[in-house]
Amino acid sequence: MQIEDLNAIAEKHIGSRKKIIVRTCMSAGCMSSRADAIKKNLETAVKEQGLDAEVEVRRVGCMGFCGQGPLVGIDGVKEKEILFEHIKPEDANAIIASLKGVESNLEIGDPDHPFFAKQTKIVRANGGIIDPEKIEDYIAIGGYEALHNALTEMQPAQVVEEVTKSGLRGRGGAGFPTGLKWGTVAKSPGAKKYIICNGDEGDPGAFMDRSVLESDPHLVLEGMAIAAYAVGADQGFLYVRAEYPLAISRLQIAIKQAKALGLLGAGIFETPFNFNVDIRIGAGAFVCGEETALMMSVEGKRGTPRPRPPFPAESGLFGCPTLINNVESFANITAIIKKGGDWYASIGTEKSKGTKVFALTGKINNTGLIEVPMGIPLRQIVEEMGGGAPDGRKIKSVQTGGPSGGCIPAEFLDTPVDFESLAKLGSIMGSGGMVVMDDTTNMVEIAKFYMEFCKDESCGKCIPCRAGTAQMENLLNKIIARQATQRDLAKLEELCDMVKNTSLCGLGQTAPNPVLSTLKYFRNEYEELLQPDKFGPAATATK
Amino acid sequence: MSARTLTIDGKQISAEKGASVLQAATEAGIKIPTLCHLEGVYDVGACRLCLVEVKGINKLLPACTTRVAEGIEVTTNSERLNKYRRMTLELLFAERNHVCAVCVANGHCELQSLAYGLGLDHVRYDYIFPRWEVDDTHRLFGMDHNRCILCTRCVRSCWHIEGAGTKNVAGRGAKSKIITDLNQKWGDSESCTECGKCVMSCPTGALFKKGSAVGESERDRTKLEFIVNAREKKQWNA
Amino acid sequence: MERLKIATVWLGGCAGCHMSFLDLDEFLIELAGKVDVVYSPIADVKEFPEGVDVCLIEGAVCNVDNLELLHKIRARSKVLVSFGDCAVTGNVPAMRNQFGIDNADNVLQRAYVDNAQFNPVKPTTDGIVPALLEKVQPVHEVVHVEFYLPGCPPPADRIKALMVQVLEGKTPKLEGAQLKFG
Repeated sequence: MQIEDLNAIAEKHIGSRKKIIVRTCMSAGCMSSRADAIKKNLETAVKEQGLDAEVEVRRVGCMGFCGQGPLVGIDGVKEKEILFEHIKPEDANAIIASLKGVESNLEIGDPDHPFFAKQTKIVRANGGIIDPEKIEDYIAIGGYEALHNALTEMQPAQVVEEVTKSGLRGRGGAGFPTGLKWGTVAKSPGAKKYIICNGDEGDPGAFMDRSVLESDPHLVLEGMAIAAYAVGADQGFLYVRAEYPLAISRLQIAIKQAKALGLLGAGIFETPFNFNVDIRIGAGAFVCGEETALMMSVEGKRGTPRPRPPFPAESGLFGCPTLINNVESFANITAIIKKGGDWYASIGTEKSKGTKVFALTGKINNTGLIEVPMGIPLRQIVEEMGGGAPDGRKIKSVQTGGPSGGCIPAEFLDTPVDFESLAKLGSIMGSGGMVVMDDTTNMVEIAKFYMEFCKDESCGKCIPCRAGTAQMENLLNKIIARQATQRDLAKLEELCDMVKNTSLCGLGQTAPNPVLSTLKYFRNEYEELLQPDKFGPAATATK
Repeated sequence: MSARTLTIDGKQISAEKGASVLQAATEAGIKIPTLCHLEGVYDVGACRLCLVEVKGINKLLPACTTRVAEGIEVTTNSERLNKYRRMTLELLFAERNHVCAVCVANGHCELQSLAYGLGLDHVRYDYIFPRWEVDDTHRLFGMDHNRCILCTRCVRSCWHIEGAGTKNVAGRGAKSKIITDLNQKWGDSESCTECGKCVMSCPTGALFKKGSAVGESERDRTKLEFIVNAREKKQWNA
Repeated sequence: MERLKIATVWLGGCAGCHMSFLDLDEFLIELAGKVDVVYSPIADVKEFPEGVDVCLIEGAVCNVDNLELLHKIRARSKVLVSFGDCAVTGNVPAMRNQFGIDNADNVLQRAYVDNAQFNPVKPTTDGIVPALLEKVQPVHEVVHVEFYLPGCPPPADRIKALMVQVLEGKTPKLEGAQLKFG
């Protein structure tokens, strides 16, 4: 494989395209609403209506507007795409007939809706456009060019330099500077190094990484390959949770296709660079999203974290220097290599560069995936893009960062969404879950929900997380059942502090966050549930 | 061999490069509470009792897995650390069914002694009272999960001292459990060498030698008969 | 100096702690010189009096009578001492909790029917045997407790060490060998 061959594939593929393209979203969300039957019926309708020559039906990944799904988009008829929403398999004939000008009463979406218009797409640029199961589709939009450029025109150190310049920070949650991490692994001595892509997305309500893997698997593979070249690794592992079967099967297809074309394997682009990727399927433990636990799992051991240092960059998988990044981080790489770190750094805020994908869910009108520039005010996301809370209710709070994050009350909706601003409010960016709550939501119940999640997902290795989350859940239950006193609340706060400061890994260290942030902003909701301390010390003060 | 100089609790000490803070402190006669640490097997930093403060570092660090470094200033004993340690022990006591009065390890239990050392006279958290079984199927040893604190000392000594790999951990969170082979009855284990290292490792009464509980005190009188027969009838057959 | 009013009560426990209390031997005479024992299983007083200075509570909270008495004790006493492991931890009486919160009935079934040699019948008549609580609790999970004296039972010298400090109006502190469960 050389660049000419790559270009030939692209040209041939573009040449074979038909005039009208009917894109059917076949991501997990739309698939669960029978998108496979929709696609089949669309194909039959095209044949039956004799449009074979000019219309092709294409399987595509996530278009983003999941709440309006299943979605079907049509290119080549009008200047802008036509978007059909809430499509059922029996609507296929009407959709195809509409191409010939037949009126239908199907729901048509507005491509200029703020939900789409306010997005800046880097990671999700190809989502909903290309067929994730066809490498030619990816190559046709310039796929694997960045890898070629890196391998043939850049030294590994230059790649690291470009990523550093971009200001990209880890999209898994902590926001560690990606370039710095790459540089550390590159400099760590060792004959064998590994790349790991963390696709163990497990936050309740989060599906950003799933969507990227399902919609654009080659983008992640290419990012990993560029990373491998930059740090000097020749083996990568893609760790995906077993709950994402569609992502896994599309990755398997993608890896096979890339290998067949020599874009993975030995001597890529006829350079001495070798890189192989294997998939490791997680068994569903949330804690395996923690990097040291994930590496244990890849090694075939029980997925429990270990103390850091040593950090994976020095001693990671099988004791070798290991670069571990999240799916979304890798998905940013090709754009950075193609357009340059400076271009990437021009998007976002001073300390948080680029875009971030969020899964917008909860009590909100427009549910789905959005990619927005860092620094966008939260209000624009939830009110303009999200369309506010349903039934005319008021938004009370926005939860970011999943079980490790916090609840941001409505009065802070003008806060720009970036790493620092969210942290200042006692929440975190996290991996990108964004759960909107309206004024009917009970915040103590929310705190309890997340605590129960952390308790169930604690690996059991360290005592504060294992037993502390259980006691915190117990105290929250007592408060909700109106059986707790001020002393119980004090005990809860004391435990929050202790679990936060003494737990071994991030799961335990951040488990108290939902309680702490709801206590910070909605303390009255806790106090309203407390009972007077009838048998406490105060009752005995007088003889 | 190069050395590192550091300060622990205001005391200037030197330690070998690569030594843990725990080793350095122990050599200097400074006692740091530990529970999952066991001499002879690698450390896992799980119990969090040996957490110490290091000046200039925001986070508390486990003394057992933190290496000494030149010039660091370590505090092993502060009001905050002891409060966290006491809370950790309270959480342990509340987590399973630790009934000291009827435990084979009463008086020889590391969990007890740590609690006394920190002045713990009661547990402020609600006892969970989970239901756990006792595996008494092994010929020589027993395992009472009610008393297990999941320190994994038995697992590590089984794998890394004996090399048998019989003991392991299954389950998640509070439902984690020390298992034998593939979660089989201990008595059915084919990999167990009956070496007893797990029992030696256990800090509480979770693993015990059979015969040590009151109800098991069966008297073996055949020896007496053997001696009497030997003396009086000159018969030496057992 | 006004003589302190001392009470001792026996909730769900084996009375071993009270036996240990009697093991105070000659200190009991010294004690009698300083305090009035106004309520105790070893004194025939029907109603827990008002204005008790220090009350030693043996046993866990197992049944409705225990619960009612404990609430009364808290309201009428200045200082409560959880006396022995059953009061401090629940100890042996609380072992039935492992069998779930609906275990009270199973406990009676096992004690009065399954293991009965004669006349197997569950005591259900009102006012004879107090109803068991769903869950046995240590004293401090029910009411606030000032001081703790663990041990099963706490030996006499430990009781003395605590009593001496309490009588001197100090906050008692048990250390070293004086602090022990089991």
